[in-house]
Amino acid sequence: MILQLFVQGIQMLLVVALAPLLVGIVRRVKARLTRHRGAPLIQPYRDILRLMRKEVVLAENASWLFRVTPYMVFAGTWVAAALVPTFSTGLQFSWTADLIAIVALLGSARFFLALAGMDVGTSFGGIGSSREMMIATLAEPAMLLTVFSLALVAGSTQLSHVSAYLASPEVGLRVTLGMGLIALVIVALAENARIPVDNPSTHLELTMVHEAMVLEYSGRHLAMIELASALKLLLYVSLIGCIFFPWGIAQPGDGLARHGLALLLYVAKLAVAGTLLALFETSIAKMRVFRVPNFIGTALMLALLGALLLFVTRSV
Amino acid sequence: MPDILEMVSVGAEEFRSGPMPVSPVSPKLWQQAAGDLARGQLTLLGLWADRGSVRMALFNSTTGKVGVLRTNARRGAFPSVGALHAPAQRLERSVQDLYGHVPEGATDARPWLDHGAWEVSHPLGKAEKAGETASYDFLPVEGESLHQVAVGPVHAGVIEPGHFRFTVQGETVVRLEQRFGYTHKGTDSLMTNAPVERGAKLAGRTSGDSTVAYAWAFAQAVEAALGATVPVRALWLRALMAELERLANHLGDIGAICNDAAFAMMLAQCSVLRERVLRACDGSFGHRMMRDCVTPGGVARDLDGTGRQMLLDLVADIRGTFPSLVALYDQTASLLDRTTGTGIVTPALAARFGAGGFVGRASGRDFDARRDLPYAPYDQLRFEVPCHAEGDVNARILIRMAEVEQSLSLITQILRQLPEGDLLAELPVAGEPREGLGLVEGFRGDILIFVSLDAKGRLANCHMRDPSWFQWPLLEAAIEGNIIADFPLCNKSFNCSYSGQDR
Repeated sequence: MILQLFVQGIQMLLVVALAPLLVGIVRRVKARLTRHRGAPLIQPYRDILRLMRKEVVLAENASWLFRVTPYMVFAGTWVAAALVPTFSTGLQFSWTADLIAIVALLGSARFFLALAGMDVGTSFGGIGSSREMMIATLAEPAMLLTVFSLALVAGSTQLSHVSAYLASPEVGLRVTLGMGLIALVIVALAENARIPVDNPSTHLELTMVHEAMVLEYSGRHLAMIELASALKLLLYVSLIGCIFFPWGIAQPGDGLARHGLALLLYVAKLAVAGTLLALFETSIAKMRVFRVPNFIGTALMLALLGALLLFVTRSV
Repeated sequence: MPDILEMVSVGAEEFRSGPMPVSPVSPKLWQQAAGDLARGQLTLLGLWADRGSVRMALFNSTTGKVGVLRTNARRGAFPSVGALHAPAQRLERSVQDLYGHVPEGATDARPWLDHGAWEVSHPLGKAEKAGETASYDFLPVEGESLHQVAVGPVHAGVIEPGHFRFTVQGETVVRLEQRFGYTHKGTDSLMTNAPVERGAKLAGRTSGDSTVAYAWAFAQAVEAALGATVPVRALWLRALMAELERLANHLGDIGAICNDAAFAMMLAQCSVLRERVLRACDGSFGHRMMRDCVTPGGVARDLDGTGRQMLLDLVADIRGTFPSLVALYDQTASLLDRTTGTGIVTPALAARFGAGGFVGRASGRDFDARRDLPYAPYDQLRFEVPCHAEGDVNARILIRMAEVEQSLSLITQILRQLPEGDLLAELPVAGEPREGLGLVEGFRGDILIFVSLDAKGRLANCHMRDPSWFQWPLLEAAIEGNIIADFPLCNKSFNCSYSGQDR
């Protein structure tokens, strides 16, 4: 019980502490792949610190919503990220760590961000919000369908259960799981505004999705949003990690040493995921905006097929 | 009544070796010329003014001849060409801003260069104290659920300033209207009464990435006006520099276009090659962009043995790497998906606007000043002019890729055949007012420079027409019906000059 509370506390801090590092890894590997030297791994931390110290410039017609949103988004994403088992499934709040709850938390964060994008009334904010919602209307059902098919396999939507079940040897290689993995990766790319859906490092206002929405933010508000997007990326990596690559995650009964090992393994998983993401992003161009629905539609179809396949195989 | 088509009768060998004859015409004939332009019998090369008259340069693509017409601005007005032939509109609006000559019957009376920030109006004409600035109204757009997106003049990236006003329906662009003039430096005014040497420096600073082409066009115009003979070695060195400039810019463009589709790998690879070209230029000519290397009468820098070897190594290096980049482009389906069919310029439109460079050649306008209005030493070199008809972003990339290969071949040929001899010849003194035309194929397209020298050999007037004058309007047409998110890609594939057009 005490260990669980302790682990939960560590996890809360850990996700915030590691999220910028993951961004740093992705940027660094991308820079190396494109023949640049690249910024040091800790650069995202410095950026956030710098933004925290900077003055906030607010548009004259910004409402309270615009000021509150960064904190709402950060809080929502932080809670969601803290619920996903990273190195241990023995979390104090694991009973709330329901996949549907996580999707809902992220959804409400996005809802507020989209509202804030339109709040100031600039054209870029509106474009960004409208594109973000278009992507979300497709990504969310794909995500939920994946959740359902996983829940059907594991018999629960609770992440610790799913993770523990999938880590157990009785689960063999399953087509449904493979389809779920691909679907979840596509959703993760879309949700985190990565290439080929969005380009996180562009300066071209007209092509942006996520960045266009937050274009008017500055100072600590922007720091909150940047940290929240880093957390979201970490969340998806942890999610894919704990469901599909659950090896080494500490179980509730394990001791301290086992937990420490799991922690190291988790950081290694982050590094691998960051490298793979950077590799993928450098090898592909961004899609035309209206090609994105087809891309995410693939995820939706895969998730649906995965769920159907379960029923088909069960009835045989 | 004399025929306009007969007045456009100056061959390349004539205007490149001596002063450019100018045909004075009545307003009626001037209007007839506008009609010929509108019917597509002639191509507009440029339209400019001095204090008392307006001129236009015309090109007949069937005969390959050029002509310059002049009409007096009687009571400060002249018949509008733009009313019949759209490519002349912006040129006329800047003539009105700078000199105050009113194009009669023009459909667009708004200012172009004058944003109300000058202390005087018509600075090259009557130069009166500027009055109240009228607001600038963008063209009205009507329809269901349209909204406007204003971009610039200050952009998020480090690029030149320009304002783009989009009217969109959802994501689809219904109309784009450009507004430029933010980098107007008053070069025309600085040129007036300046000595030729200063004029050459100013010309080389008009559009930084085309400094060699500009300096060469200016030198051509002055040399033709004075009937100067330029040492052969200087001509060959000019061509060498011009090809190096083209090579560097095309390599930079290919990478930058792909980067706008978020394919950073291409930019990284092409930037390395471009940097190598610039370093080789620095090593062989003493300046990365080779600014002020071309001067009227010859060249300021010679190429020594080390420089020659440096350039030979550079060519070998790019020949080794570039084909794999072309293959990378060809094999990246996600990239081709973005470039193919995006931002189409129809051949009819390209021909109507007389668009030069890769914009024209990607849309079936098979024109290259190096081949069609030949100047030394290109008449002794072998090269092909690539041409496509698709007119999309992909075609503009393919043209650049083909031109990179042509430039490499030209550099090799020049290095192999480079004649020995003097670098600089004294310019003769004419003792009378003279006029000359320079036309050089820069990397963007044909740059036209027309100079009028006074009896003392100073510049009475100098007009520089950047290729972008006839390319920017096509971008407005190309983006129509595309989605707004594709604009940066289309824009980069045009890569027009702001500074060159704003002067």
